[in-house]
Amino acid sequence: MQRPVPKPSAETRSFWDAIERDALTYQVCEACGKVATYPRGVCGHCHSTRLSMRPSSGRGVIKTWTRAHRAATPAFKDHLPYVISLVDLEEGFPVMTNVTGVYAGQVAIGDAVEVRVVDRGDGVKLLQAFAATGAKV
Amino acid sequence: MTASARNTQAFITGVYDTAVGELPGSCCMGLHAEAALGAVADAGLTMGDIDGVLCAYSFTEPHLMLSSVFCEYMGINPLVSQALQCGGATACILLMQAMALVQSGQCRHVLVVCGDNRMTGMSRDAAVAALAEVGHPQFERPYGISVPASYGLVAQHYLHHTGSTQEHLAAIAVQTRHHAIRNPKAQRREPITIADVLASRPIAEPLRVMDCCLISDGGAAVVVSAAAQARDTRKTSIAMLGAGQGHTHEHIFAAPSLIDFGCKRSSQLAFEQAGVKAADIDVAEIYDSFTITLLIELESIGFFERGEAGPAVLAGALDLTGRLPCNTHGGLLSYAHSGAAGGLFHAVEAVRQLRGEAEARQVHEPRLAFVHGDGGIMSAHCSLVLGRI
Repeated sequence: MQRPVPKPSAETRSFWDAIERDALTYQVCEACGKVATYPRGVCGHCHSTRLSMRPSSGRGVIKTWTRAHRAATPAFKDHLPYVISLVDLEEGFPVMTNVTGVYAGQVAIGDAVEVRVVDRGDGVKLLQAFAATGAKV
Repeated sequence: MTASARNTQAFITGVYDTAVGELPGSCCMGLHAEAALGAVADAGLTMGDIDGVLCAYSFTEPHLMLSSVFCEYMGINPLVSQALQCGGATACILLMQAMALVQSGQCRHVLVVCGDNRMTGMSRDAAVAALAEVGHPQFERPYGISVPASYGLVAQHYLHHTGSTQEHLAAIAVQTRHHAIRNPKAQRREPITIADVLASRPIAEPLRVMDCCLISDGGAAVVVSAAAQARDTRKTSIAMLGAGQGHTHEHIFAAPSLIDFGCKRSSQLAFEQAGVKAADIDVAEIYDSFTITLLIELESIGFFERGEAGPAVLAGALDLTGRLPCNTHGGLLSYAHSGAAGGLFHAVEAVRQLRGEAEARQVHEPRLAFVHGDGGIMSAHCSLVLGRI
């Protein structure tokens, strides 16, 4: 059994194409300038369809995290426990990520982190948060 | 209240809930039928009097048109039949919709009915996996998000920013169990302590298994009647004085805030419509999918200041003689949670409290009750104010 794999829609394909190139991007409305929480077909603020994708620095802050001891689906059982975090990126959009390795045992709200594209281990590229370079971890 | 306002009011005239917990041999439609017939009989009506049917959803017998399936099963042909899904807010939203149907004159007696056999009809893994589908398929589920993990994210943030502690969360589980011990129908009645909760198995930090709701079989139904028809029913009619909803997001990563949620707006709207304040409420039945859910709702709705609900619960504020008796049947944490019926149990209990039928767990002569449902990850909220007038 495989863990869920993201299936891009017409509206999110450019985001996932960028992920394939190891780049995190985000959507901005060209009409009102607002940043979207996630890519979509109309701006969630002014409903314009003039939207564009921009590269993110990947720099952000841990908003919250949890260490899961129960699997979401049976496919996650072999990976328990695993850490999920929500990161606020400096450009003003949120992402969900996993946290692995040494940092998974030290992650804390308010930490400066770098969100990078990482192979989940089964060929699926997803987001992972790492302690920011120079941070004390 | 003016005579004209009273004439357009909606009343709850019948309630029923089936046995709950592990019910071998039960099924979704069977639980619906028992609950429906029970509520209709409680009102002193027959199924032929029901001209509106509102249903929710099922995990064990999923169907695109559950209300049509139910009406076919029961052999009834109501004027209005519809099913809707808003997760844990569904029961309250169905009641708000029933209110609108009788107030607008489209129906005289609306049956709200929910039920599912989530405990015996599917495995625990299957229930957790089905619930995980509220996560975003591209931006959340690949990371292993589940409903408990989502509430773990909410809890970690809320405790960090408000000073509430895991002990405060545990106090909610203990208080709720204390209520359930007085309710012979409750699924879990063995006494627990704060130490037991804090030592229970971690699920999604900081939440432990005793911070999480049950998985149960069970069904419930409520009959909502127009004012003119409510006069002819068997028991004390309970007025639906106010209702409101609040919607801010669906997916937790896209929530605009992890401190302020839609329960603030939904409750304000319900209180305003009823012409009452939080402090006027005598008994509250509030959605408690997790201990953190109830803690946040108690503070956001205005029953307690931010950061004060935890200490108040430790001091007994939610007990029968406390400042706000809450989840007197034992809630989703200790009474039962069987899908949309889980939220309906809260409404059934509020009506029993207002009628004075709550036996060993009866609050002293309550006149105003507050009922609240939360769907998704603090995503969709609906509040009701009920009263004995």
